[in-house]
This record gives sequence, C-alpha cells and structure tokens, in this order.
Amino acid sequence: MRIKNLAKYFDGVRAVDDVSVQFRAGKITGLIGPNGSGKSTLVDLLTGFLPADKGLIYIQKQDGIKSVNPSKNYSSGISRTFQDARLFEQMTVLDNILVVLTKRNVLLSLFEQHTESHLKQSEKVLKKVGLWKKRGELAKNLSYGQRKLLGIARTLAMNGDTYYFDEPLSGLFPEMVATVKNVLQDLKKDGKTVILIDHNMDFIRSLCDTVIVLDSGKILAEGNPSKVLAKKEVIDVYLGA
Amino acid sequence: MDYFIHLAILISIYAILALSLNLLAGYTGLISMATSAFMGIGAYFVAVTLTRFELNFFVALVLAAIVVGVIAYLVDFALSRFRGDYFAMGSLSIVIVASGIFVNWQSITGGPLGIANIPRPNVFGFELSENWHILGLSLLFLLFTYLICQWIAMSSFGRVLRAIREDEKAIGVFGYDTSKYKLAAFIISSALAALAGGLFATYFSYISPVSFTVTESIIVLTMIILGGLANNKGAILGAAVIVLLPELIRFVGLPTAIEADMRHIIYGLILILFMLYRPQGFLGEYKL
Repeated sequence: MRIKNLAKYFDGVRAVDDVSVQFRAGKITGLIGPNGSGKSTLVDLLTGFLPADKGLIYIQKQDGIKSVNPSKNYSSGISRTFQDARLFEQMTVLDNILVVLTKRNVLLSLFEQHTESHLKQSEKVLKKVGLWKKRGELAKNLSYGQRKLLGIARTLAMNGDTYYFDEPLSGLFPEMVATVKNVLQDLKKDGKTVILIDHNMDFIRSLCDTVIVLDSGKILAEGNPSKVLAKKEVIDVYLGA
Repeated sequence: MDYFIHLAILISIYAILALSLNLLAGYTGLISMATSAFMGIGAYFVAVTLTRFELNFFVALVLAAIVVGVIAYLVDFALSRFRGDYFAMGSLSIVIVASGIFVNWQSITGGPLGIANIPRPNVFGFELSENWHILGLSLLFLLFTYLICQWIAMSSFGRVLRAIREDEKAIGVFGYDTSKYKLAAFIISSALAALAGGLFATYFSYISPVSFTVTESIIVLTMIILGGLANNKGAILGAAVIVLLPELIRFVGLPTAIEADMRHIIYGLILILFMLYRPQGFLGEYKL
C-alpha cells in the first residue's frame, strides 16, 4: 500500500502534513513519534475513520493497483484496532466478532443469519487471543487487557490484507503481550501488511522490519529500526531537545 | 367481557407500536418521538381511503404502510444528519408538523373534528363488526409484527443495528454504510406504526388529531423502557403493563377529571423510576 501527499488539518493545525510513504506486504512497519505527532490521525485517515483533506492511497489488489480517494470513508480490506478498543460494549464477545463478518449490503443482511463458517471464523480468532471461553459475556464486563485482545480479534476476523494496530501492547500483562506478539508475527508470515503504533521502543525494535518516525505531521526518518532509533534527530524529538 | 376484549385490543395495538419503536430506540439507539406521527398518518390514510373511496381495509392498510414508508424515507434526509438527543428533537418536529397537518388540512382530515364512521374491515363480504373479531385481527397483526421484529433481531442486519447503537463510527470503519442501515430501520419502524394506526382507526371508527400527539409517543417510549429496550417480548410486556396499570385506578374511585390526570402522572413516575433504578427495564438487554 502506498500513500501520496496525504494531509489533514484541524483548524489550521497540520496534523498530517503532505505525507507520502509505502507499506510493504509481509513486513511489520512501526509508526512512532511523540504524542501529537500525527500517528493516530494518519491511521484514522488510512482507515476512513477521518476524511482526508488531500492526497491519494494506492492499494495492491488481486486485480491490480487500486486508487482510493481518502476524502471519502471507504472500505478496502483494511482492518484496524483502536487505542481505546471501541468495542460494542453491550454486545457479547461473540457478537463483537460476528458483526464484522456479516454482509455489507442492507437487504442481503436482512436475510442473513450467522452461518457455521462465521462461527468457525469467530472461534478461530477468539481462540487465538484466548477469549473463546468468554464468548457469552458482554464486552463491557471484560478487563482492560481482555478488551484490547477482543479489539485485536475483531480486526483479525476481517481477514484483510492490511492491519493497523494502535498501541496494542500498552497496559497488557506479559502473557497477553506474548499473545499479541504471536498474532503480529503470524500476520507477517501470512504475507499481510502490518502497521504498528507503539510507544515501547523495545517492542518496535524486536517486532518491526521498518520504522517510520513522525513529528508534527511530517516524516522525520524511516528505515531499519535500530538505525533510525539511533539517529540524533529522532532521539532529540523523543527527549524534547 | 367486552371491557376485557377492549383492553386486549388496546394492548395489541400499543404492542405493535412498542415493537416498532423498539426496533429504532432499542436496537438502533435512535430515540424517536415520531411514532405517533406515523401512526396518525397511517390512521388517517386508512380512514380517508375507507370512508371516501370504499377501499378494502387490508388493501388500505398495506398502502398506508407503503405511503408511510415513503414519507419516512423522505424525512430521513433531514433526520439522518442528527444523532443522540438531536435525533430525538428532530423527530419531535415531525409530530408537530404532522399534528399541524391533521388539524389544518380540513378537506381531507376533517380538521379538529376528525373523521367519523370509519367502517370495520370486510373479509370476503363478511364484516368484522364484533369487537372480538377486531381482537383476533389485532392479535394476528401483533404476531406478524413480532415475527418481523424477531427476525430482524436475529439477522445480521439486527446485529449491525446494535453495533450502530453502541459505536456508529467504529462499525463504519469496518465497511458498513451506517446511514443506509438506520434508514432501513426507520422505514420499517414507521411502516409498522402505520399498521397500528390503521387498526386503531377501524377499531374506534373515529379518529381526531388529539389521538396522535407527542404524548402518545412518550407513552410508547415508556412502554419499551419499562418492558426492556432491545427485547421484543419486553416491548409487548411493557405495552400490557402500561395499558392495564391506569385501569387499576378505576377501582380506587377517584373523580373522573383526576383519574385522567393520574394516568399521565403514573406514566411519568414509571419513566423516572425505571430510568433511575432499572434502566434496562423488566427484560431488557440494553441500558440507555
């Protein structure tokens, strides 16, 4: 997936400022930067959660490269988690998964009930994050870590080509961190494009193939994580020098 | 006996209304005040077509549902821009506009005097003149409405509606055009309210604007909050309790004028107490 000259302004503030970058399949790309650098806004733009003011997105599809106008919300096989999970609180864990597996057409969905394959897919992703036994519980009753895992399971259920994970590891117990790391590695092995936002540089170093550093909505540096994180300007941005 | 049949008919008609609103408020999270407006349009449509054009009741009822569905579709162009409390306020304006039309379009609606002598339904030459006939008919329509609502609740469509209720933007990111889902729910809900309106018109054989005010919408909302939002059985239970509860006051022996006011006081109290202490109602799965 490639983005070209993507921009988003909030009352004159350039949250994402003319960003052009490429995300490769079968790689985990880390997206880092200090608070307010534009990471989450960039992901919001890429997933259609926010409309962009400018720019284009090119997505590699089976039938060739597709250009998407990000100024309109779109659905193009891109799946994401949110920093604050954004679950469907008063629905069961299972329904949180089943709902994203259903038809996107209003009329067709009226005559569709969940099928055996939907259940199997739900079971697969919930087992992957260790929540299958919790499938009958309401999402609002889950612990903080379980909520994060359910958000990840919901994203996996989409079976898309590109995945964004917005701070999936923050606040998790070590065993949950291991689960999430496995999920990310498996997606990489399956040739998916994975974009990871996180503040923990150890995770970024150990998980990512490439890292992109954002500052004030612009790309400050990109490349191999160890090299990029050793750059003076990157350290300055993080330490506020 | 006729008294109990009368109550059962009222429960059936209000249960249809409660089910229709539950689809919108309970499942989709859109608190609508427009229920009485769509019920009224359905009632007037049936009344006019029966008294002036001598249309068959069932044809008139189907046409009423279609016409109200089309009106809901048009109204949604404006309403779909609102969310939460603003949607409720926007829907309130529909009742005000509809009430204005019922009162002022005298050549069609009869103005404040309304329309009288609305005939009872006729099935292959047999007039459903007895109240228990209407009870059977109302129960059939209630069953029909319940099955539709239950089907929707169990379908993928219903699950998306609940996700919209929980977090519309989040489900939108997963590729669902939420405005289309909300529009479909609004149209179905309005058409069902029109069915209740048609039954109301033929049962009472008289309608006037006072039957379709915002108070009626609030009463229906009270029913689904009491019975339990996002639960179709709860909607029916709520309708039964709200219709029957004021009847108990009759046995207290209060003067008639106070008795009528007590009815509204009871509705208000129930609404406040349930919102405070049991927001999920008797059988509900969802808290406002």
